[in-house]
Amino acid sequence: MQLPILESINLMAVLPVLIIAGWACVLLVFDLLIPRSRKHWTAWLALVGLLGAAVALFFQIGHFARLGSEAAFDGMVTVDGFSIFLQVVFVLTAIVGVLLALDYLPRHGIERGEYYVLLLFTTIGMMIMSMAADLIVVFVALELLSIPLYILSGFAGMRETSEEAALKYFLLGAFASSFLVYGIALTYGGTGTTRLTGIAQAVTSDALNLPLTTVGMGLLLVGLGFKVAAVPFHMWTPDVYQGAPTPVTAFMSVGAKAGGFAALIRVLVTAFPAIASEWGTLIAVIAGLTMLLGNIVAISQSNIKRMLAYSSIAHAGYILLAVAAAQRSENASFAIGAVVFYLLAYALTNLGAFTVAIAVERDDGTGTEIDDFAGLGKTRPWMALAMALFMLSLTGMPISGGLVGKVFVFQAALQAVPGDPLLLAVVIIGVLTSVVSAFYYLKVIMVMYMREGEGKAVLPLALKTVLAATAFGTLVLGIIPGPVFQMAQRAMLK
Amino acid sequence: MFEQYYPIAVLVLLATVLSIIVVFLSRIMGPRRPTPKKSAPYESGMSPIGPAVRRLPIKFYLVAVLFILFDIEVIFLLPYATLVRELGVYGLIATGIFVFILTIGLVYEWKKGALDWE
Repeated sequence: MQLPILESINLMAVLPVLIIAGWACVLLVFDLLIPRSRKHWTAWLALVGLLGAAVALFFQIGHFARLGSEAAFDGMVTVDGFSIFLQVVFVLTAIVGVLLALDYLPRHGIERGEYYVLLLFTTIGMMIMSMAADLIVVFVALELLSIPLYILSGFAGMRETSEEAALKYFLLGAFASSFLVYGIALTYGGTGTTRLTGIAQAVTSDALNLPLTTVGMGLLLVGLGFKVAAVPFHMWTPDVYQGAPTPVTAFMSVGAKAGGFAALIRVLVTAFPAIASEWGTLIAVIAGLTMLLGNIVAISQSNIKRMLAYSSIAHAGYILLAVAAAQRSENASFAIGAVVFYLLAYALTNLGAFTVAIAVERDDGTGTEIDDFAGLGKTRPWMALAMALFMLSLTGMPISGGLVGKVFVFQAALQAVPGDPLLLAVVIIGVLTSVVSAFYYLKVIMVMYMREGEGKAVLPLALKTVLAATAFGTLVLGIIPGPVFQMAQRAMLK
Repeated sequence: MFEQYYPIAVLVLLATVLSIIVVFLSRIMGPRRPTPKKSAPYESGMSPIGPAVRRLPIKFYLVAVLFILFDIEVIFLLPYATLVRELGVYGLIATGIFVFILTIGLVYEWKKGALDWE
């Protein structure tokens, strides 16, 4: 029997994941020894683990910039620029997720060490998702990403909304996972392999297995479309985002979405280039619907978390547009660069916006209405300014990362128009819905500055740090996007 | 490409037609003299009284979850046991890591009091 040797397992390539995984296991046991009143120790220890992974990632950036890509675990995972870039996003998001919870959990009386451990586990799931080179790994990573999130969204268990969010997310998530597994099964039936590169070889445009594989690809799209909250698989998003504790919402709206997109791109671009025009058309249609529904329904929302949930659906549409643009192989590296750049810009902006929502939220879970933002412009001028920046960035106004992200996405889509004229229509929808989105984003700014109100907010040091960092990041991406976009473009799959 | 599946299609068709014929034949030709005893779901079993879904203590749910955890361990260990010599040190390390992670789960549930019945 041929046993894998240590070189083919290549543990160094997945070092950041290993650090977090090992640390999460240690922390789970260690947390048992920490007394109930000292649970913030677990938080700081979780931060130490994440920083360790960040250091490992930092050294890997240089390494992979030179070498391109490396396989690990006998080719089950591929570590390349794409996965490194996204892993940086995931680790940063997790660090923010810990910082946001630091004061939130005790204030709401739901402080438990498990929050931080589960956060680490779901981060591992996302990281593995970004490097999956085999459909089985995609599935395992997706479950590792999802299951801790189901628990986390029910973390404020004594609130009915949180319980409802967890149950809804779990049931619909399990349903979507079954679609994914069925898609994997059909793809395997059609091609005889679950390895992405193997599938690409087996699927040629005149192959007999084409119908079976195409159906399998469609079912894979359903499973992953659920994770990224694309219409028509978005139904869970508003209720879950609203019901889950706000730090969890912040973390999941960025992390789970980016994880889903990572797997989506890997699977579509690596495994199904032969039927690119099929999935390109599918994704373009889904992108158009997602942008329309997300932006239009967001207008009528009065709750900030629900509004941001619909906004996250809308942004999934913009990113999907760039994914659809990746169907042309000569265009793929620019389109993928646009996707990961948009994901980074969206991560910074959205985390910042949720930080403000956490600061305004009261201890009993109320205070999440947009009207509660009234008067913040006077009482908390800096925070209001940052929130205004995030809202402008989500709309896509100048000097913000959101604008640059949208420009890249539309540019990528326009480049692909010769191959798929449908994209032109979707780009027009995208531009028009961006204008529509200004209505509900600017409403928040209007409420903050023009309406009289108490403007109460609790802003501890951890939140201040996150706020400053995300606002700074959003500005940097908006003013000098060049270096980051070049990195993002180099992040193309190899 | 589908020629090789014809026998299966014939088999499916035969099975469907045959089972329909058999069910209807017994209905048409057999004598039917129902009594209340005969129509009961289990003629010689317990008489079905009360709702089928009983309430049971929620503790069982926890036990069931913990059972799955170690059930999975056995599922993985059995194939390993049959190949233990071929897999050698590599298999030992891999299985060791797996069991170690499960042990962490055991320590956790023990400390959390999930194993206390009262």
